[in-house]
Amino acid sequence: MTYLRKIAFGVWLALGIGLASMIASPVAKAADPLKIGFSMALTGPLAGAGKAALIAMKIWKDDINAKGGLLGRKIEFIYYDDATSPSKVPGIYSKLLNVDKVDLVVSSYGTNEISPAMPIVMRKGLVFMSLFGLAVNDKFKYDRYFQIMPAGPVPTDDWSRGFFSLAKAQSPAPKTIALLAEDAEFARNAVAGARRNAKAMGLKIVYDKTFPFGSPDVTSVMRAIKAANADLVYVGSYPGGSVGLVKAANELGLKAKMFGGGMVGLQFAGIQKNLGPMLNGIVNYDFWVPEPTLKFEGVEAFLAKYQKAAVGKGVDPLGHYLPPYAYAYLQILGDAVTAVGSLDQKKIAAYIHKTTFKTVVGDVAFAENGEWAKTRTLQVQFRDVQPNNMAQFNKPGKRIVLYPNSVKSGDIAYPYKK
Amino acid sequence: MTELFLNAVASGILLGGFYAAVALGLSITFGQLDIVNIAHPTFVIFGSYVAFIINEHFGFDPVLIGVVFAPAFYVLGMALYRIYYSSFEKTGQESLSGLAFFFGLMFIIEVFLILTFGVDYRLVEAQYIGKTLHIGFIDLPLRMLVPCVVSLIMTGAVYLYMSKTFMGRAILAVSQDRLALQLMGANPIKVKQIALGIGIATACIAGALLIIIQPVEPSVGRLYIGRVFAIVVLGGMGSISGTLLAALLIGIVESLVATFYGPSWAPAVGFGILLITLAVRPQGIFGRA
Repeated sequence: MTYLRKIAFGVWLALGIGLASMIASPVAKAADPLKIGFSMALTGPLAGAGKAALIAMKIWKDDINAKGGLLGRKIEFIYYDDATSPSKVPGIYSKLLNVDKVDLVVSSYGTNEISPAMPIVMRKGLVFMSLFGLAVNDKFKYDRYFQIMPAGPVPTDDWSRGFFSLAKAQSPAPKTIALLAEDAEFARNAVAGARRNAKAMGLKIVYDKTFPFGSPDVTSVMRAIKAANADLVYVGSYPGGSVGLVKAANELGLKAKMFGGGMVGLQFAGIQKNLGPMLNGIVNYDFWVPEPTLKFEGVEAFLAKYQKAAVGKGVDPLGHYLPPYAYAYLQILGDAVTAVGSLDQKKIAAYIHKTTFKTVVGDVAFAENGEWAKTRTLQVQFRDVQPNNMAQFNKPGKRIVLYPNSVKSGDIAYPYKK
Repeated sequence: MTELFLNAVASGILLGGFYAAVALGLSITFGQLDIVNIAHPTFVIFGSYVAFIINEHFGFDPVLIGVVFAPAFYVLGMALYRIYYSSFEKTGQESLSGLAFFFGLMFIIEVFLILTFGVDYRLVEAQYIGKTLHIGFIDLPLRMLVPCVVSLIMTGAVYLYMSKTFMGRAILAVSQDRLALQLMGANPIKVKQIALGIGIATACIAGALLIIIQPVEPSVGRLYIGRVFAIVVLGGMGSISGTLLAALLIGIVESLVATFYGPSWAPAVGFGILLITLAVRPQGIFGRA
């Protein structure tokens, strides 16, 4: 082959490859699945919630794929177990973005697992839908961060606003408060907000302590709180601590007028069944309960699917607390991508900021900081709970919604234990 | 104030009594056999799940379940020692490889529990949970009292076995002078096998006690690793009575600090006592110099 022929061959080859790729690429792109990446707590202390969230997310994926996918592409999840370990999260998101080349990312469950992903997601300029992070964006101030938990625009304060709003309306008005936080980020944040609300309400703080995460027994802590003789007892805790505190409060005969606030775990069906009547009177946060005021479009159909899928998986069998929101945060992302018609992250973020979304958890609109524009953190009171009966929690009347007024289903029983 | 103080001490005794149950098996395996069974708390959680599953399906009392299944755990412990001996001790690799073995075992058991039972929190039902015994102004929640009493009985039984029976004394001897034990006609491998079996059997009962006190998920055992090793070291390696005393001491200190100062400081003060004790008496409270 002469020199000129070699050049001509090279040019034809280059043109051929170029043309072939131009023709082939749109076809390949359309056929490629749209990859959504995330880490999830599938083992470790938060795995109960993480696995339940994953079931809900898969229901959304199946629903969307049954309708033809997003942008004409089938949805595929790429996810890794973060073992409820924040230190694993940055590595997982780096792999998702640089090795797996996912198209979109969403967060793991919980404040402690969301924060470590933020710097990596921000560097790539991606929209980040997050699942139950409390005040994560207060530090980062990222304009493409959106959080599905209905905490409100000032999350740490809004979280407990309902509890204090209810307390304020009682007669005689409570004068003192005890604050207790389990020593981890969410609980500390929740109690920090409660502290500000308590001061704003003019309450005297007579007890303000933290206790170590995973303490085997909290009887001594509850005894010290009882000795402080506070009118209100506001607690930020995780499932193990919450169960211990509820049991200790009953065993020691806590006399507070209101008890509860930010106790994680009291929303889970297995724990509710076990604690039974010990829960009666407690006023605690929640996000969805089967009261007539919270029958949003699609939520019951979703829960029916979830409850079927959850059988034998060792997760919350009712799925009222987290799963509807795990479905909804993908619902919002999917709606935004469809509306924008592309994966342009800037346009998706702008669309989410300006839109009120219809979801299984009701209408969702976001504030500038990516939190819900208006708080809808429920304060519910356990009422007439019977022993050893899980099915009762799938019906109305056991968790009465006291706050906010827009979804209120009953009045508070005050004081906590007569 | 006196009332609060005495109640805090009572709570500490109940908590410490439970700690003794969790630490007892480790006192035998780590303290007497020099086997760093870091998976011991995970065996405790395994025991919790056995109690949960039987309680959930048949409604039997968790303590009864723990006692009934202890022999099965005993056999498991004996089998475990055979593997440990053949793989590591026989070849003199038990120090680091043995530690890695038990570390790996811990994760395997955790994953087994996750795959079998899921990751949701598990609890048990029992008549006494939620009730309180009032003696004067002292409140004794039965949820804590029952585990404490069972733990004291179990610790007493193990103590009597170790001090009064030939095999018990052989277990103590094997940790001190293996060659002398062989000269007495006892087989050190068999003795150690029985000792590890007893250690794991106590984990079964301790697990049943744990799930009476708090909800359990597969990884919750990790929270106990530091505390139980501290109790065994504080009590004096291998001393059953020392382990009980150390457990009660840690329980009382944690309870007093939680009541009067701040619960967050409780573990730090407990470990502080360990450091001070080791500085003054390096062999622990009841350990031999």
